[in-house]
Amino acid sequence: MTLEVKDLACERGDVRLFSGVSFALGEGELLLVQGPNGSGKTSLLRLVAGLSRPVAGEIRWAGEDVRELRESYARDLLFIGHANAMKDEFTAEENLAVAREMAGRSSSREERAAALERIGLAHRAKLPSRYLSQGQKRRVALARLCLAADTPLWILDEHFAALDARALETVVALVDEHLARGGMAILTTHQEVAITTRLRHVVALG
Amino acid sequence: MFQGLRSIIARDLRLSMRRRGDVLNHLVFFVIVVTLFPLGVGPEPNLMHTMAPGIVWVAALLAAMLSLQRLFASDHADGTLEQMLISAHPLGLIVIGKIIAHWFMSGLPLTLLAPVLGVQFDLPQQALWVLALSLLIGTPVLSLIGAVGAALTLGVRGGGVLLALLVLPLYVPVLIFGAGGVAAVSNGMGAGPHLSLLGAFLALSCVVAPWAACAALRVAYD
Repeated sequence: MTLEVKDLACERGDVRLFSGVSFALGEGELLLVQGPNGSGKTSLLRLVAGLSRPVAGEIRWAGEDVRELRESYARDLLFIGHANAMKDEFTAEENLAVAREMAGRSSSREERAAALERIGLAHRAKLPSRYLSQGQKRRVALARLCLAADTPLWILDEHFAALDARALETVVALVDEHLARGGMAILTTHQEVAITTRLRHVVALG
Repeated sequence: MFQGLRSIIARDLRLSMRRRGDVLNHLVFFVIVVTLFPLGVGPEPNLMHTMAPGIVWVAALLAAMLSLQRLFASDHADGTLEQMLISAHPLGLIVIGKIIAHWFMSGLPLTLLAPVLGVQFDLPQQALWVLALSLLIGTPVLSLIGAVGAALTLGVRGGGVLLALLVLPLYVPVLIFGAGGVAAVSNGMGAGPHLSLLGAFLALSCVVAPWAACAALRVAYD
């Protein structure tokens, strides 16, 4: 499976953020999207995730336009944006279960417990999420990565925000494992990430 | 596919049970408004008879509208709605699931409460049945049309007022035929035509509303 992006352009209001962005991503490859604030990193990721419509250009998944693939593309995609997409009323464990259901995949209680254990939240699994700190909420959102071995394309926007060094290490390791088993990942970053893969592409915006 | 529908309904209902205050708010509002009228107008039995269907229906309509903002706003605020747009389930299915869950938490309790409140207006038993039946057919229409309004006003400042302006005109036919059916029965006529028209509105909004709400949501995120 490959993700191909050709001549993508994006406008916000009347301002053209970027144009002519092209890249191809194969199995086991990593794409880093770099650029200063406001250069359109998030916009590019939202375009690739299918959340907004490009002004020009096309995005193909396994040779087919993602606009036509719709749900079958969404099934192969894991997108974690700025918002954590979790409910304050649900526990960390329930939030994970709901996120997996939305992705059209199932997960067992043991798998969810193991995911929270790995991300370092096992002792908070039964607490309603409104009692968690910002960093802990971010960890719950990222615990989805532990369950998403079956989802080929990961798109993470500012995944390190509010994370401490240890949690960041875990996430980097998760992305590493994902790439090693032939997955693909797109990350935005201001700083160098210690991901070891050699198959990396960089898109610099702005 | 029905797995997806079931899980979204279950999720929304579970969420509502955790926020019982929100659900109770508009039910209490409904009860208070209906109870205030006899106190304000005076206990004149004939007047009460004439006004009862209208009062109960207007109160139900306003109560249903109060609960509309919850439909998408909190999912929008915490990013869950974004995930629903790129979910493996079709967006239409998710919207329908959310509308059904909304009706369970607003329309259905209103329908069950209304006959009890009708008793205090001394409505005849047959009129009470028609009142419940008209609300049973009418309140899903309120949720369906309301979903379109809620999706259109997503993220708009002062969205509450705008939502009322958008949705209330579309609620008018439901109000007229809902209250009209009950009034007809208390005057000794049949409610068949009114209820059939309500049913027609329900069928129409079942087809159009989820589709329109989906389109509005996609535009909101584009």
